Amino acid sequence: MAWHELLSDYTFQNVVIGAALLGLISGPLGCFAVLRRQSLLGDAISHAALPGICLSFIITGSRDLGGIIIGSLVTGTLAALLMLLLTRKSRLKTDAGLGICLSLFFAVGIVLLTYIQGTRNAAQGGLEAFLFGQAAATLRSDLWVMGAITLATLTLLAAFWKQAKLVTFDAEYARTLGMPAAAIEAALTAMVTLAVVVGLQMVGVVLMAAMIVAPAAAARQWSRHLGGMLVIAAAVGIASGVTGASISTLSRGLATGPLIVLTATAIVLVSLALAPGRGLLWGIVKHYRQKADLQSRQLLYALYRHPETPPRTTLGARRTLSRLARKGYLARTEDTAGVTLTDAGRARARQVVAAFEEATP
Amino acid sequence: MAPPGNAEPALSIHNLTVSYHNQPVLWDIELDIPAGVMAGIVGPNGAGKSTLIKSLLELVPSLSGEVRVHGKSYASQRKRVGYVPQRSSVDWDFPTTALDVVMMGLYGRLGWFRRPGRRERREAMEALAMVGMTDFAERQISQLSGGQQQRVFLARALVQQADVYFLDEPMAGVDATTERAIIEILRRLRDQGKTVIVVHHDLQTVSTYFDWLLLLNVRVIAAGNAQDVFKIDHLRKAYGGQIALLGDHDSLMFPASKVT
Repeated sequence: MAWHELLSDYTFQNVVIGAALLGLISGPLGCFAVLRRQSLLGDAISHAALPGICLSFIITGSRDLGGIIIGSLVTGTLAALLMLLLTRKSRLKTDAGLGICLSLFFAVGIVLLTYIQGTRNAAQGGLEAFLFGQAAATLRSDLWVMGAITLATLTLLAAFWKQAKLVTFDAEYARTLGMPAAAIEAALTAMVTLAVVVGLQMVGVVLMAAMIVAPAAAARQWSRHLGGMLVIAAAVGIASGVTGASISTLSRGLATGPLIVLTATAIVLVSLALAPGRGLLWGIVKHYRQKADLQSRQLLYALYRHPETPPRTTLGARRTLSRLARKGYLARTEDTAGVTLTDAGRARARQVVAAFEEATP
Repeated sequence: MAPPGNAEPALSIHNLTVSYHNQPVLWDIELDIPAGVMAGIVGPNGAGKSTLIKSLLELVPSLSGEVRVHGKSYASQRKRVGYVPQRSSVDWDFPTTALDVVMMGLYGRLGWFRRPGRRERREAMEALAMVGMTDFAERQISQLSGGQQQRVFLARALVQQADVYFLDEPMAGVDATTERAIIEILRRLRDQGKTVIVVHHDLQTVSTYFDWLLLLNVRVIAAGNAQDVFKIDHLRKAYGGQIALLGDHDSLMFPASKVT
């Protein structure tokens, strides 16, 4: 399919715009979820959306997005509240509480789903698509709903930016300043639920948590400020949405939702490895650079203090020797030591000795 | 030291009781802390020192009790109270800078919708200068040492320009330089007439740092001027068996003190 043909394709337009909207809302809200250590809450909420979807279908008899959104909001919120209740009132820890809620609501959802399939309702046409998403079924009217939710949520976040930031960083301190921290936390959780709901059609309940966590995790690697992190997370979300949707359309038949998630995860892996300052690769490079620098200084020190002692012939020592020689600090000799310091080498060694003696009085 | 004629206490606690699950944490706390003192709250682990501060700030629910700050209820005096929580209570990997954390101290004054601007930035820089952290203003908070993080927290409370300051273990796990800097700043606040209330864990330094003392172990063991409270029989009563090292003479108890 040629590019201009693809771009004017009605289904493709819907899918790409939908995926971009999903990235735009899940990225920034995911940042708050991740920073509040509630990444898995998104997972529980999205799984808990399934019974809501089914109930709304049973009640309304159609798979209209409005009803499905309300249904999944209700059960998603119920799951979140049950989780809070369990961890507050029982001895269960947060992870166990989340696990119980997730599986309970998801199991009820699956039971309802098979019940609906058993009734052979003609309109049920692929309700199970919400498990893994069915991007191609996105309608223009769905996009308006998704867009309205995204716009409303991001506007709210911008208006209460200060409060959201302080409550996420230090909720108790926020309360001493007179902020209603509990209400703000509840609002942030509710917004995560909204982001999940926006993604149900595209990505499905099972993989939706990845869209909450992945863009935020990637963005944390690249940013030093909360604002920057949110912008980058939104960009990562949009990029993976559009890329996943494009690959899916071009490949004809590969599932869109999982491809979006895979793209986002790939960006996370690259970020974890490469991001300046925080990336793994950066750490390894820094480690070896520091190690090499320390060995050079130690060897200079030894050669300066004990010129007659020959350096060892191990691989590490020889590598350090040749590094020093390249810098012009060493000259080869014919005596037992084999090497001697040049004038430049002696000057550098004197600095090393002075620094060493200053550090260890 | 508080002027003797100062009628109204900075903090007045009446009949405060707090419990956690089925354990009493604080029992019938009855206390007046005069204005303009540097007060220490001392007691063994689990005595309820942090809980006392948190229940005064309404962060922990209390079963009964009345708390008055300069004669009025805490809720109406919020702006006159500054709080420095324990350093370990937050995640320092949060993506923000030292300056930004200090500006958070001004969010209460800014109200619901105003954003911090140039004036707030300047005030935050002044507070950072007071704690000797000017050079670290734009540093990521995750890259600060423990002592530097504690100074940032102190600066965040300083911008609040409060009259009563609560500090929860500000000297825990900080280097000697930071401890000296913190105590200098707290003394300066006291000398300006503000009331500084500190949860403290190091008995060695108690008598040099504080002029007013609360010895706490679920109940008030003793409270008042530091030299009257810091007595061996009071300490025995508060610490029980945990303080077996002590001799019988007050003068032998703590021969060394870190800061004079």
